Amino acid sequence: MAMKLNPNKNVPELAGTETSGQMVVPFEKEETYLHMIMRRFLKHRLACVGVVVFLLILLIALLAPVISPQDPAKIFNEFEAAPSAAHWLGTDPVGRDVMSRLIFGAQVSITVGIGAVAIYVAIGIVLGLVAGYFGGWIDMLIMRLTDVFMSFPYFMVILVLVSIIGPSLFNITLVIGLLGWPAIARLVRGSVLSIKEMDYVKAGVALGYSTPKILFQHILPNALAPILVNATFGVASAIIMEASLSFLGMGVRPPAASWGNMLTQAESITVLSSQPWLWIPPGLMILLAVLSVNFIGDGLRDAIESQNAK
Amino acid sequence: MLQYIIRRILIAIPVLFGVTVLNFLIINLAPGNPVDMMVNPSATPAQLAATKHALGLDQPVWVQYWNWLVQLLHGNLGFSYSTREPVTQILMAHVGPTVLLMGVSLIVGYLIAIPLGIICARKQNSWIDYIVTGFSFFGISVPHFFLGLGVIYVFASKLLWFPTGSMNTLGGDGSFIDTFNHLVLPVLVLATGIGGNMVRYVRSSMLDVLGKDYLRTAKAKGLSQFLITNKHALRNSLIPIITVIGIDIPLLIGGAIVTEQVFQWPGLGLLTIQSITSRDYSTLMAINLLAACTVLFANLLTDILYAVADPRIRYD
Repeated sequence: MAMKLNPNKNVPELAGTETSGQMVVPFEKEETYLHMIMRRFLKHRLACVGVVVFLLILLIALLAPVISPQDPAKIFNEFEAAPSAAHWLGTDPVGRDVMSRLIFGAQVSITVGIGAVAIYVAIGIVLGLVAGYFGGWIDMLIMRLTDVFMSFPYFMVILVLVSIIGPSLFNITLVIGLLGWPAIARLVRGSVLSIKEMDYVKAGVALGYSTPKILFQHILPNALAPILVNATFGVASAIIMEASLSFLGMGVRPPAASWGNMLTQAESITVLSSQPWLWIPPGLMILLAVLSVNFIGDGLRDAIESQNAK
Repeated sequence: MLQYIIRRILIAIPVLFGVTVLNFLIINLAPGNPVDMMVNPSATPAQLAATKHALGLDQPVWVQYWNWLVQLLHGNLGFSYSTREPVTQILMAHVGPTVLLMGVSLIVGYLIAIPLGIICARKQNSWIDYIVTGFSFFGISVPHFFLGLGVIYVFASKLLWFPTGSMNTLGGDGSFIDTFNHLVLPVLVLATGIGGNMVRYVRSSMLDVLGKDYLRTAKAKGLSQFLITNKHALRNSLIPIITVIGIDIPLLIGGAIVTEQVFQWPGLGLLTIQSITSRDYSTLMAINLLAACTVLFANLLTDILYAVADPRIRYD
């Protein structure tokens, strides 16, 4: 059971047998549900490794000012120096300490990864809830808008927009956040369509609860699981997106350090072939961060979907 | 069937219209004015105003949009702000290399991923399953530029097997072998991402189908394992895969921009970066529109293909 990849909904081999005996009092159900997902998640070894690695990167990002050996923007006399005791990963062509830049780069990846996804999950939830719950022309309008946004190749339109409004950490987080919502909106709408037919929702309507209360307190909590999985993979893709934009010079720009812009120097063939310490460490950090998040997402999906297959 | 196809096409029309509006709005966010960049810095305000008027830039945004749309429907994409050439002509010069790169990558990626996905599903939890799954995680997680730089470092810089970039040797004969040599590394990069994604879908789709009752029946009536896997199971498991192709196209376009930049491949991706650098918004708008239409068309095509392959979908 070490590795499982199940991008599709129906996962026959995971039909849970252990869960059948847990039809307990409804009041305790939520507790049990979380507990069950947790237990299944912890069985997924790679997902646990992913959590540990991601937490480490998060810690590096938070503690960057404390643990960084140097100021990441400080320019030293020795440029393009090979790794030494003073500069563990050498210095870049401008004379900045690569190790310190690597540590501060974690902040950028974490900010964009979590910030952008938080923005688009919020937008997607609201639009999806509204479209699914009200139906009719509102649904039609929101879904066609979703189609329009989905027709643009995601990376390309982000690249063009960022280049127009100006590259910066804030702007790329905002742009990825403002454009990433269509998948979440579709997902939420689909869940709402089935949940709104449930008796407890009808009971809420009959009791005269306000529509926002029904939407956010009754329907949304029951649609959260797939959103969580999608958002996790979204973090991975936002991290790659930021790195790619910064690599192309359209993201975080020097002197600010980002793993993506540290690799820009390797476009010069001399740096690429004779100074691998300049570009391999940041590249590996991106790979590590993205892999860890993808493992977490995979573990979450397995845990949640096997629960639903009950 | 025909009714479904017609309905699907009719839905695509307002979406296409929305795409043109959004595209126009995005480019109109651009600060400054193309006229400021086009004319001589010593031009008088009157000359500036005259140029603006000639280009229709003094009119309200919606009038500008309408003019642009009418021109677009006549097949006129305007002139490049930086080189003054017709945009259509510039696009034509760059479409070929991109289609070649993306097409070959898609085919290579699928040809490797589909058999591997089937093997993984057949031998679930075996060592080969773990290895392939590990590679697929690598494929979906590694940024194109890092993998690109990595393969240049190993295969071009150290081993000298392949050139570091471009599409043909400068001053070379431009022969098929020459292009092929230049194509290998960028295709390797793009196919890794495409294949890594595809393996996961094929594997899970195949696992899904292998658990179905009709396959148990096929086994029970004594069909060979070969026939069961490659005829009964494969056919049914490939149907959901059709939608993956629709998902892959936008990803491929994004990947191609970065990959073309790393390998200096003279396609639309490189043109995009050049247009951004030179603030050539008319070219940028055309590339963006072309990319969006490609995605829209690919989605339309996969939806219709899906409906043809699986009649149940039409009742949804």
